Amino acid sequence: MSKEYETVIGLEVHVELATKTKIFCGCSTAFGGAPNTHSCPVCSGMPGSLPVLNKQVVEYAMAVGLAANCEINRNCKFDRKNYFYPDNPQNYQISQLYEPICRNGWIEIEKKDGEKKKIRIHEIHMEEDAGKLVHDTWSDTSYVDFNRSGVPLIEIVSEPDMRDADEVIAYLEQLRMIAQYIGASDCKLQEGSMRADVNLSVREKGSESLGTRTETKNLSSFRAISHMIDGERARQIDLLESGQPVVQETRHWNEDKETSYAMRSKENAQDYRYFPDPDLPPVHISDEWLQRVKDSLPELQPQKRQRYIDAYGLPAYDASILTGSKRLADLFEETVALGANPKKVSNWLMVETLRLVKEKSMDPQDIRFSAKHLADLIQMAEDGTVNNQVAKDVFEKIFTDDIDPVQYVKENGLASVNDAGALEEAVRKALQNNPNVVQQYKEGKTKVIGFLVGQVMKEMKGKANPAKVNELIGKLIQEY
Amino acid sequence: MAEKITDETIDYVSILAKLKPSPEEKIQARKDMQQMLDYIDKLNDLDTSGVEPMSHLFPLNNVFREDTVTNGDDRENMLRNAPEEKDGQYVVPITIE
Amino acid sequence: MRKTGMTATELSAAIRRGEIRVADAVKQALAEIREKDGEIHAFLTVDEEGALRKAEEIQKKIDAGELTGPLAGVPIAVKDNICTKGLRTTCASRILENFVPTYQAEAADRLEKAGMVIIGKTNMDEFAMGSTTETSAFGPTQNPAAPGHVPGGSSGGSCAAVASGMVPLALGSDTGGSIRQPSSFCGVTGMKPTYGTVSRYGLIAYGSSLDQIGPVAGNVADCAALLDVIAAYDEKDSTSMKRDRYGFSDALKKDVKGMKIGIPKEYFGDGLAKDVKDRILEAAELLKNAGAQVEECHLGLIDYAIPTYYVIACAEASSNLERFDGVKYGYRAADYEDLDDMYKKSRSEGFGPEVKRRIMLGSFVLSSGYYDAYYLKALRVKALIKEAFDRVFSEYDMILAPAAPDTAPRMGSSLEDPLKMYLSDIYTVSVNLCGLPGITIPVGKDRNGLPVGMQLIGNRCEEAKLLQAAYTCECLQKENGKEQMA
Repeated sequence: MSKEYETVIGLEVHVELATKTKIFCGCSTAFGGAPNTHSCPVCSGMPGSLPVLNKQVVEYAMAVGLAANCEINRNCKFDRKNYFYPDNPQNYQISQLYEPICRNGWIEIEKKDGEKKKIRIHEIHMEEDAGKLVHDTWSDTSYVDFNRSGVPLIEIVSEPDMRDADEVIAYLEQLRMIAQYIGASDCKLQEGSMRADVNLSVREKGSESLGTRTETKNLSSFRAISHMIDGERARQIDLLESGQPVVQETRHWNEDKETSYAMRSKENAQDYRYFPDPDLPPVHISDEWLQRVKDSLPELQPQKRQRYIDAYGLPAYDASILTGSKRLADLFEETVALGANPKKVSNWLMVETLRLVKEKSMDPQDIRFSAKHLADLIQMAEDGTVNNQVAKDVFEKIFTDDIDPVQYVKENGLASVNDAGALEEAVRKALQNNPNVVQQYKEGKTKVIGFLVGQVMKEMKGKANPAKVNELIGKLIQEY
Repeated sequence: MAEKITDETIDYVSILAKLKPSPEEKIQARKDMQQMLDYIDKLNDLDTSGVEPMSHLFPLNNVFREDTVTNGDDRENMLRNAPEEKDGQYVVPITIE
Repeated sequence: MRKTGMTATELSAAIRRGEIRVADAVKQALAEIREKDGEIHAFLTVDEEGALRKAEEIQKKIDAGELTGPLAGVPIAVKDNICTKGLRTTCASRILENFVPTYQAEAADRLEKAGMVIIGKTNMDEFAMGSTTETSAFGPTQNPAAPGHVPGGSSGGSCAAVASGMVPLALGSDTGGSIRQPSSFCGVTGMKPTYGTVSRYGLIAYGSSLDQIGPVAGNVADCAALLDVIAAYDEKDSTSMKRDRYGFSDALKKDVKGMKIGIPKEYFGDGLAKDVKDRILEAAELLKNAGAQVEECHLGLIDYAIPTYYVIACAEASSNLERFDGVKYGYRAADYEDLDDMYKKSRSEGFGPEVKRRIMLGSFVLSSGYYDAYYLKALRVKALIKEAFDRVFSEYDMILAPAAPDTAPRMGSSLEDPLKMYLSDIYTVSVNLCGLPGITIPVGKDRNGLPVGMQLIGNRCEEAKLLQAAYTCECLQKENGKEQMA
């Protein structure tokens, strides 16, 4: 009979910061430049070049640390992590080992069943990203591009406090919200601006000691993380059940094959020879500076969510969804600020917007349309200028092209026809042409009114107000 | 007592330092490193308990740059000294198996 | 034409008065190099064309009254570990044999802005690792003041270039004595400024916490003038310092009255050659007679300076030199099986034995299990050594010391025993560990006619005091020499 196992998971999450320039030089961090067009002597490791720290990196790291309830290390330092790899131009990475900027924090996650749990954060440190390698297996060569080399990262290291994939994903979502709310990062897994390494071990249920853990890298979606956790848990349990030891090692996740493999290299001892970087003086964080960053922290997601419930009377579920993306929350507040009804705004965002986001497999952060256009559309739907179906169609145009709905409806003649004469004419025509249906209605099959409304809408080219059509049919049908 | 430097030590350090000493160089390296470490051992005569390691000399801190882009495209210059280059990239032996 | 014996500041004054053209000064330096450097080998690269072109540009600016500085128009040599845009910079290493920087070191930039003409790049110990300039991959430099002897190192080329009169000034760099010791061996004046005074941007790093660029000159006034040119805060170097005062040439006053000069008795014990000791103490006597308060003092911990220095310098060097891997610039081995083999072959073939020795030692002291015992231990001892200097400076204005235990050794006699070579750095390395300024000035010759130098060590940011004392000593020696002639 097999034993019961518990999975123990800790995460190392790399978050790329949204600074304009790299951590140690004035090169742009913009995506998409031709190879090596955002590189200079510093981030290409030229001899004699020296690093100078980007202040914004420290401020973002501090802000994320504060939001994650960390202690801020008032005297933090940078260390060199030495290892040879072509994407690492100096062959050492400037990072923080001995005196990281934040320590001992926690964030609260909410599990699927609504239970809340604290995940402790061991530390947060600042470091530089590596360059990019592109491989050409035909010629057995790799190409090196330093555009990403030196892009600032923070690494958030959790304690081994998570027990399953759901907790891991809830934790990642919390981290992502913190970084997005602060504006420290857009945290897109697909684009690599948020990356997670998963440390996982298993132990018998009830055991206090930790099992041997593996570290799995290269996880670029929540789905991959979920699969990987299940796979690695099963792999380790299989090993233990068959009496084999789990080897402490780094594993690489292959998302296509949904398997992991050990990364072993005889050429590289895992001995990074960390030592304080003599090129960078320590960072001293004064009380005043710390207070300034504290004061400038924006309202974070848990507070915002509560406020939406209290101030706008939104259901808790809706408030969670809306505040789950900073972009969505911003849109909500901006639209409401323009005078739109909060519940209506919430409805448009929760239903139509998220439907389109899902259809287009987008990140909500990438929603482009403006609050003004949504507010105008809501207004037009409210005052009957357009009917619901037209409003939905117009919204799609707003979503994709951010068109001005007032102008668009006018130019395309989509306004509802409220002319009583024209409407009555159309209703009478429909009643006249469908005596059988009228008969059915009179016999009590009132549901057939839908067909009649459809006929009228067709006649009116969709521009009639369905409620008015309904009302009019009810009034006139007895005459036939 | 100084650390005993063995062939394994030299092999290990060579991996770290990415060097490939010849057999003769290894023998010499072992001798040199042993001699230096024996000498460095002198530091152990000194009681340094309670002394903070001094990584930075002067009370200089908080040297920052503002987050402003100052560098443009300088690719041509960056690659001018590259031993092998293709399409604006450095070329190396393939890094994956 | 520059008259023999003309100093750099005199030459510039003559140029600015229109008596000498910059191009003629440059041509003369080039002619001297052609004549002498075959023998001496102070230069690795001579930029004849560039220097002549620059001379014309500078002449125009001088004529237009745009360049009025005290060294405008003066030719200068630059140590080959200082990046010069468009001019080969090798660190005297095979691994950088063909490296042409596309950026300029801040110090070199300041030379050009002051209207000085970079004539060429000088020989050195490979990556500044050595005390004789014999570890250069491109052959050693001869000591112009003592043929058959080394010029010292690692800035041997810069000191030899000035000592031989090929150029009036040169830039060196000093990580553990690399300006002060060869200045002593060659009979020139050289200074290592307080850490952070001259930008390290573009100086190819050996030991980042120790490296400092400094002037090499024929006399104290030229040394101060050159320091004035290169000393400045630089935002590209995070360890650069905003000094309260610059204007080092203002310190050139013949006056040492009331100055308290300490002579650490540990520096004048058995290890010091008798002639060296005698010359230095004679110079000290001159200062004393001129009103300085010169007395023996206790410094302490000097036996720990060398092991501390080599642990820290080699650890930093092992990391600093990782970037030389055959990927982005520099030497790449011709044949290799894969990436790892490419790294190892390129580095093994590109670096010389002394560099590899230090990289190996540095990698070891940082490696897992040894970091605390060696590296952190050295950082703790460094703190104690700094305290020892602080104690002396709480009582004295400066320390008077040798720059080396003896005069220049014969060529080929030093590399046999690396430890013995390291031990000869005993008087210079502490200054780097503590970031202090130090200056070497010539104080005569030993019985074989080899130059002897004296080192003055000051407290942090007290270059002015050192220059004042050095200048006074230089004046007193001159007067003394005239008296003896008479």
